[in-house]
Amino acid sequence: MNFDLTEERQMLQDTLRRFLSDRYTTTARNEIIESDAGISTEIWNELAELGVIGALFTEEQGGFGGAGFDIATVFEELGRAGVVEPFLDTAVLGGGLITALGNASQTALIDDVIAGGLHLALAHGEPASRYDLSRVEATAKVDGDEIVLNGRKAVVINAEAAGYLIVSAREGGGAFDKDGISLFLVPTGTTGLTLQGYAMMSGGRAAEVTLDDVRLPVSARLGAAGAGYGALVDTVARANVALAAETMGAMETATELTREYLVTRKQFGRPIGTFQALAHRYSDLLIELEQARSAVTNAAGNLESTDRDLQIAAARNLMARVGRLVAEESIQMHGGIAMTQEYELAHIAKRIVMTDHRFGDADYHLERFIDLSAA
Amino acid sequence: MDLSYTAEELAFRDEVRAFLAEKLPKDMSDKVRRGENLGKEGHELWHSILNNQGWLSYSWPKEFGGAEWNAVQRHIFDDECAAAYAPRIVPFGLSMLGPVLHKFGSKEQQDHYLPRILDGTDWWCQGYSEPGAGSDLASLKTKAVRDGDHYVVNGQKTWTTLGQYADWIFCLVRTDPDAKQQEGISFLLIDMNTPGIEVRPIVLLDGTPEVNEVFFDNVRVPVENLVGEENKGWTYAKYLLTHERTGIAGVGFSRAGLDALKRVARIETANGRPLIENPLFAARIAQVEIDLMAMSTTNLRIISQASAGQAPGVESSMLKVKGTIIRQEINDMMRRAVGPYAMPFASETVEGDNDPIGPDYAGPVSAQYFNNRKLSIFGGSNEIQRGIIAKVKMGG
Ligand SMILES: Cc1cc2nc3c(=O)[nH]c(=O)nc-3n(C[C@H](O)[C@H](O)[C@H](O)COP(=O)(O)OP(=O)(O)OC[C@H]3O[C@@H](n4cnc5c(N)ncnc54)[C@H](O)[C@@H]3O)c2cc1C
Ligand SMILES: Cc1cc2nc3c(=O)[nH]c(=O)nc-3n(C[C@H](O)[C@H](O)[C@H](O)COP(=O)(O)OP(=O)(O)OC[C@H]3O[C@@H](n4cnc5c(N)ncnc54)[C@H](O)[C@@H]3O)c2cc1C
Repeated sequence: MNFDLTEERQMLQDTLRRFLSDRYTTTARNEIIESDAGISTEIWNELAELGVIGALFTEEQGGFGGAGFDIATVFEELGRAGVVEPFLDTAVLGGGLITALGNASQTALIDDVIAGGLHLALAHGEPASRYDLSRVEATAKVDGDEIVLNGRKAVVINAEAAGYLIVSAREGGGAFDKDGISLFLVPTGTTGLTLQGYAMMSGGRAAEVTLDDVRLPVSARLGAAGAGYGALVDTVARANVALAAETMGAMETATELTREYLVTRKQFGRPIGTFQALAHRYSDLLIELEQARSAVTNAAGNLESTDRDLQIAAARNLMARVGRLVAEESIQMHGGIAMTQEYELAHIAKRIVMTDHRFGDADYHLERFIDLSAA
Repeated sequence: MDLSYTAEELAFRDEVRAFLAEKLPKDMSDKVRRGENLGKEGHELWHSILNNQGWLSYSWPKEFGGAEWNAVQRHIFDDECAAAYAPRIVPFGLSMLGPVLHKFGSKEQQDHYLPRILDGTDWWCQGYSEPGAGSDLASLKTKAVRDGDHYVVNGQKTWTTLGQYADWIFCLVRTDPDAKQQEGISFLLIDMNTPGIEVRPIVLLDGTPEVNEVFFDNVRVPVENLVGEENKGWTYAKYLLTHERTGIAGVGFSRAGLDALKRVARIETANGRPLIENPLFAARIAQVEIDLMAMSTTNLRIISQASAGQAPGVESSMLKVKGTIIRQEINDMMRRAVGPYAMPFASETVEGDNDPIGPDYAGPVSAQYFNNRKLSIFGGSNEIQRGIIAKVKMGG
């Protein structure tokens, strides 16, 4: 048994942590959030150069990592610094689906993704689908050697920056069927594709996407017709490991900021951390943080095992519960200062809590866990 | 024991309901329901509608032009207003400064300031907290030094809610630096247009410019703006805090929030079924509703004691803690209820010409969730309230 990171991952972690603590300061990050693009191309390119994107792909795919612990290592650091740039969307989700399903000419895009030159976005969720991965009502109809897409996609993160959207649409089955879902690589300039973009609560941007008779060559399909669901599930599993790790990093920042504040802020002539009412609650956060670290380890370490889905449901449920506790208690123990936008904790707390709304909250993952453990 | 309202109380409730149905503008209640900012004009309009009815001053004594309702009537009114999505009454002039002037103000101050609060001439803000004086309010440092018939004020206040709209600020200032902390504080009324005052906005984590920093640089304040006696300000400030506060539990807000939550949970679906039928979510709703039912009765028990002339003590601390926990829990569930549509940033989705993103009820929910973290921090944090309860009960 060995819980240490490999030397390579340790190096990646150190490099990333150093770079982000130098460059991704609260001020720099807040400026990025307020910019029109909502993300920084400069930071993106520099991180790509440091190998952050490459670490999320295997050697065969052109990267140098791609395992659960690579994902966890990268995303924990991104979470620690409250990074808003869409590594999850471009690399894990977009890149993940292309490598899982793509033919040679489609997977050729990955080199550009790893180099930082191409953004991607997953256009899968729909206005009524909530977190249900099989609920797809958008349609794809073959018309000669073309495909015609129609439908609406909700909260498509990073759609505006993306060169391609990976769009799910039905070629068979009913609204909830796992069979019949196909995936398509849709260039964002395609006629009939409209994006209504907006900023998000925790930084970055998303868009509502309308597909109105979007015509593509049949060769835009990723993998076989109607057989995209399996790859979606596998890719979302990897995204869930990333989200759990990101929350871990963010929670460490939140508790560290809280520790610093408890020992420096004075009221009634003494540091507020000397009030036991706060000291015990801070201790509780640290106890829960150890639970959280183990949950992330379980999820990352089981990414290729038969236990994968159960472990991931467990991890996301636990991270959602602990995340809410850490975010709310850290704010409370700070008092008014944590309510201000420019203070680091405010953004970190938003990152933690808003993770609930990506691929399922505590209840969703609890239900998954109950189903999987009964099976 | 009788848990129902008397015939008189019911008649009063019907009167309030009829008034709200007739006089509360629809676009105003829509804004409140959607969690949008009313702006200064919106608040002033609602105040003037209430004032025309003679109800703006509902808690004030008759001698000051008030309606002088008892605690049960006030509770009914607050409840009905929340249920109808009426805006809250901005408290600074009406329920904070008003009662202090009634009890400690000079005749001139009462005659001058009170009517102007009611007719909307003056918007007041509260200048208590400072960067170094939050929970430990008595450690405040902003000082006022007597110079002829003026005080010269230097220092800084912070967290000043809606100070950007204010014409006047009531401040706690230190007038005797040598006295014991609580004994050197005075209560001063300051015109926000006086030279030397600078207001800087603080943007809160949900993006709203709701609070401010207020800086005082040699601000000259006429001595007649002192309320009561010099160095007795702490007593007046505490009077406010111990002054009977019926609204503190926020039962009406929680009820309205719970109703809105259920409405949303009937529309939203999970696995193709209404969210309200999802066993986990239904259990969460039921749990908070059970708590709220009990708290409403706790609230009424305390209100009826207050109506009978018994001043509530630790009970208001208890109501504040439980009331804020319940409100925050409802905010949290509302955020969960809307699923991925909690992610869009509200100000872009509910303001301006943009089409709403997702269902119209989804726009403000995460902003409200984050913004209402303030409920357990301000007005005496929940830790401070728990400290008070323990201290009183254990005689510490
Ligand atoms: C079943 C059992 C088996 C035990 N076996 C052994 C044994 O084998 N050997 C042995 O030496 N002892 C043993 N103990 C004794 C045990 O260590 C004491 O009960 C324990 O140290 C608490 O002391 P106390 O009971 O005097 O409670 P107190 O110390 O009087 O505590 C009363 C309450 O106050 C709280 N409290 C005390 N100080 C603080 C503080 N600073 N901050 C916040 N809260 C505080 C406590 O947590 C507790 O809730 C045993 C006790 C039990 C119940
Ligand atoms: C949105 C908002 C609006 C506000 N509006 C106004 C306004 O209009 N006018 C105004 O004057 N003020 C206003 N305030 C200020 C508010 O009253 C203070 O934030 C509050 O008193 C807490 O002070 P603080 O923020 O400095 O936190 P601190 O007092 O520094 O508290 C930090 C933490 O320590 C805890 N703590 C402190 N002392 C103890 C203790 N003895 N035991 C246990 N725990 C303790 C607190 O509970 C909190 O968790 C507002 C605040 C907010 C957030």
